[in-house]
Amino acid sequence: MALTSFRLAGLELKNRVLVASGTYGYGDDCLETADPGKLGGIITKSLSLKPRIGNPPVRIAETAGGMLNSIGLANIGVHRFLSEKLPFLRSVDTAVIANIAASTIEEYCEVLRILEGEDGIDGFEINVSCPNVREGGLIFGTDCAAVAEITRRLRALTKKPLLVKLTPNVTRIGEFARAVEAEGGDAVSVMNTLIGMAIDIKTRKPVLSTVTGGLSGPAIKPVALAKVYEAARAVRIPVIGIGGITNASDALEFLIAGATAVQVGTANFIDPAAGIKVAEGIARYCDENGIPDVADLVGSLDAGSGTSVLDSWL
Amino acid sequence: MEGVRTAGEGIHVLSFTSAAMSRSIRAGQFLNLRVEEACEPLLRRPFSAYRIEKSSIEIVFNVVGRGTAALRRKKQGDVLDVLGPLGKPFKTIDPGFDTGVLIGGGLGVAPLPLLTSALKQEGKPVVTFLGARSAAQLVTDHLENLHTATDDGSRGFRGNVVDLVSDFLSKHPVEHPKIFACGPMPMLRAVASFARASEITCEVSLEGPMGCGIGICQGCPVELAGPEKSYALMCKDGPAFDIRTIKI
Repeated sequence: MALTSFRLAGLELKNRVLVASGTYGYGDDCLETADPGKLGGIITKSLSLKPRIGNPPVRIAETAGGMLNSIGLANIGVHRFLSEKLPFLRSVDTAVIANIAASTIEEYCEVLRILEGEDGIDGFEINVSCPNVREGGLIFGTDCAAVAEITRRLRALTKKPLLVKLTPNVTRIGEFARAVEAEGGDAVSVMNTLIGMAIDIKTRKPVLSTVTGGLSGPAIKPVALAKVYEAARAVRIPVIGIGGITNASDALEFLIAGATAVQVGTANFIDPAAGIKVAEGIARYCDENGIPDVADLVGSLDAGSGTSVLDSWL
Repeated sequence: MEGVRTAGEGIHVLSFTSAAMSRSIRAGQFLNLRVEEACEPLLRRPFSAYRIEKSSIEIVFNVVGRGTAALRRKKQGDVLDVLGPLGKPFKTIDPGFDTGVLIGGGLGVAPLPLLTSALKQEGKPVVTFLGARSAAQLVTDHLENLHTATDDGSRGFRGNVVDLVSDFLSKHPVEHPKIFACGPMPMLRAVASFARASEITCEVSLEGPMGCGIGICQGCPVELAGPEKSYALMCKDGPAFDIRTIKI
């Protein structure tokens, strides 16, 4: 059996597959179809200081091989999270990483301070990349100095693993990854959704109430893979790959491109057990190919030349 | 998969077997079907449970888009990927009413047969009203005490089903009624305003795009009534809602 566990900034994870923020709720909605204890980790829905009701309908649209969303960071707020959701999450045998969203740097700090002392929170992922809220979100995520400042301020507040989730809606994501690394961030999550749009030609109206939204799902996988490759070459800290992963084969591509771990997102909507199946598939691939440790795959890309894909293409 | 049969003009009934699911489904809940194995279309499609006969489960649909077009191509022997039962059932156990007034518009008939059985088990009589564009689109099986309305007058009352209900109840009042309605949004709005005006308790079963069906994507907000703006989720908190609790 291949070794699947690894350490992420000192935190022991049982495998390299986590579920992405906003695609698994607070972990308690999927119990009948999936055992979250088999995941490497759960990243919570983005938590803000105050509850957020989210955007008005229409919030989602299906596109070719993907979906657009404009949820608007709907969440119960950090205080209700602690009283209503954390007790359950503590009972799950997996790492819990709290994702934090905010509209000011002060608010990021405040939410992290509230969560910091709590037993059962194993780390933080900072959302500086939500495309669907007016304040905060992308305004920070597309400003390298702001990403650096947020990382620096939050780093001073916690010794737990600090991940920063980057947006692909920038020219050079490697610069943002370097800014996080320089300010002491433990890892970067690459990537959040791509800004996208859909129009109803009968009414000539946008499908989403906010006109644009975030594109996710298999459609974005090649873009995400290239962003992960770029980020992984730019920094020494771990890159967590996210974007359109629906099966083990997808996840393996990310690991080979340089991702230390991956997150499964939209695929959870179709199958809440998708992350578990991805983790099992990675282990099986290693066993079948005589790879003793999944770590051996990370960044193992042979970029010398292309390869014939005739068999899989036919 | 057992097969797909025709139940009206352009209307299909798909049946499959699942012993576990057949025992756990309650009236008003839905099933989320993966219509293709590949990622096109990507998301599951929600359908009300229409009928259950032993371990056989049916859903009713018409071909309106790529999801239902893919379903129409399913054949006997295919393996279906179904997540369910999902959502909250209709509130049939309720001492506040004696008679179920069931109202369906078009394929909004879907949850009514199971609802009829559930209400009968409670010992509550039902009166059912079903509307459609014309007689060919009326799916009248497994309903009781049925009155129909068609836009073209080809069967029953000529006009919309809400006018039929209003007309009928004014002539034949029922004791302590509760309305259960399912159909297109304009019909549900008309039902809701009729119910409010007549002071009849009313649950409406909503239909809309859903990302996941279990509450994790937050993609199907339903605006709640009340002074402060807030949302429930159609998939997890519904699909049936008491009209006093939502903006309709």
